Amino acid sequence: MVEQNIRTAPTPRRQPRSYSVRSLPGFAVIATFTLLVLYGPIIILVVFSFNEGTSLAIWEGFSLRWYKQAAGNEAVQDAALRSLVLAFCASSVATVAATMAALATTRTRHFPGRTMIYAMINQPLMVPEIVTAVALLIVFAAIKVWTGHTSMIYLIVAHTAFCIPFAYLPIRARLETMDLSLETAAQDLYASRWLTFRRVTLPLMWPGIVAGLMLAFVISLDDVVITEFVKSAGQETLPTFMLGQLRRVVTPEVNAISSVILLAGVILVALFFRLTHRRG
Amino acid sequence: MNDAAIYLPGELEAEAKAADTHKRWLLSLPSVLIILFAAAGPLLVMVVYSFLAPGDYGNVKWEFSLEGWMNTLVQRDIFDDSLIWADAHLSIFWRSLSLSVITTVLTLIFGLPTAWFIATQPPGKREFWLFLVTVPFWTNLLVRTIAIQEMIRNEGVINLVLLKLRIINAPIQMMFTDFAIGFGMTYVYLPLMVLPIYAAVDKLDFRLVEAAHDLYASRWTAFRRVILPLIKPGIIAGSILVFIPSLGAYVTPRVLGGGKNLMFGNLIELQFGAGRNWPLGAALSLMLMTAVMIALIYYVRVTSREQADG
Repeated sequence: MVEQNIRTAPTPRRQPRSYSVRSLPGFAVIATFTLLVLYGPIIILVVFSFNEGTSLAIWEGFSLRWYKQAAGNEAVQDAALRSLVLAFCASSVATVAATMAALATTRTRHFPGRTMIYAMINQPLMVPEIVTAVALLIVFAAIKVWTGHTSMIYLIVAHTAFCIPFAYLPIRARLETMDLSLETAAQDLYASRWLTFRRVTLPLMWPGIVAGLMLAFVISLDDVVITEFVKSAGQETLPTFMLGQLRRVVTPEVNAISSVILLAGVILVALFFRLTHRRG
Repeated sequence: MNDAAIYLPGELEAEAKAADTHKRWLLSLPSVLIILFAAAGPLLVMVVYSFLAPGDYGNVKWEFSLEGWMNTLVQRDIFDDSLIWADAHLSIFWRSLSLSVITTVLTLIFGLPTAWFIATQPPGKREFWLFLVTVPFWTNLLVRTIAIQEMIRNEGVINLVLLKLRIINAPIQMMFTDFAIGFGMTYVYLPLMVLPIYAAVDKLDFRLVEAAHDLYASRWTAFRRVILPLIKPGIIAGSILVFIPSLGAYVTPRVLGGGKNLMFGNLIELQFGAGRNWPLGAALSLMLMTAVMIALIYYVRVTSREQADG
């Protein structure tokens, strides 16, 4: 069909195209609409968290009362502190483990079992969260009964496990694009293996490590499902506290907490973006 | 990865390399052990649990039983003890599957043009647009679900605006419906569709599209015959990335669907909570995992074929 068209094409000189091949009709409109819809609910949520009245949809004037109420609520303080401690512990342990794993999987020749290690590290990404959550419930409930020990350690270990792949990805990406000649140069100048790592490799992979740490931190801070199933009584984090609140009447207080979490997330993502997308 | 360009800078002897390789894999041990203990291992324990009898107050009795697996599909009739299809479960499977497919299709309809639009912006602006899509991707799923709830509640923004404009007389019930779940999941998973398609369009060689136009292909033909096949890997990746979490979604259906409109994830939770049937919950979890694995294996097969063709 197409070939025939060419042969029988009536005019030898092609009509100049009046459009760019890069634009498709209607796509810009849909894209704009999509981005508006993507941000609309978030913006409305933030705006109404500053609402004076108790209504979540009728504006009654600017006020910080819901922020004050949330900040003064002991359950919220407690949950926020626990969330931060948990995210800090889990993301730092996960980042150290993931950095070691990234060095092990990028700086070696293919060895038997490397695919296994790779699959293992990415395993938490592939299984639906609810499945991991109930599996952890089964195992940790048994351990809790057996040892009688119910501290935060279960949450920290569970969070560390699912944070590892998120910390691993940016570190691995950084290692793969690194210029190895600098390390070679260091060794040519008689730097020891350890000195090379400390003075050359580590500074070079640092942006990847920081990006991985932040990603892991955000992921831990956001988790609802696994926390809900692993936590012992009285170990609410901010997300599980909010999920519990939703069962009762929704108050603008939840909006205020949501807005703070949003802000924290946006700041971390902006930093992450700067670290990983820097040009050159 | 290029296995030829190896690593151990400054060392040329093959033997030294081999020795070092053997030591270095040990570095992955902490990660592997943590995941083995707190992710992969518990899944194996769950396989065992799915073959046990339910305990009276949750947990299990340590005796072999196939009831858990049987109960996923059939149940005993309360009157004459005969086996009948577990209609409640089947309707939940169906809801999960159809809502996940609808979510995937909707995210594709809105995500593909968005990804295309971003990828065809000038490089300076592209970073900014990409950032705009990435922000919701990393912000709390529960917070985004609450934001949707604020929109579609009976007293929410959408109903309020429609009432003010006198388009409707009474608020439309949107919360606690399948619509709410589908809408919410489309909203929260949309970035997962945009990002891989963006990567594919970014790599697209626009000279091929120009060539198609030069050969008198219409815009539509060029899109269908040239662009779509070239960005197909991105579309498949995005679809898998949306479909898998949709199928296992727990938070969004729980908040927006309420107690009646359950999905797969909520059914599992129910068996570990109020249902007190852990073996059934374990069997359901394994079914869900199998469904997800099938989707993943399909994805790996399709993409490896694409790479072989390319």
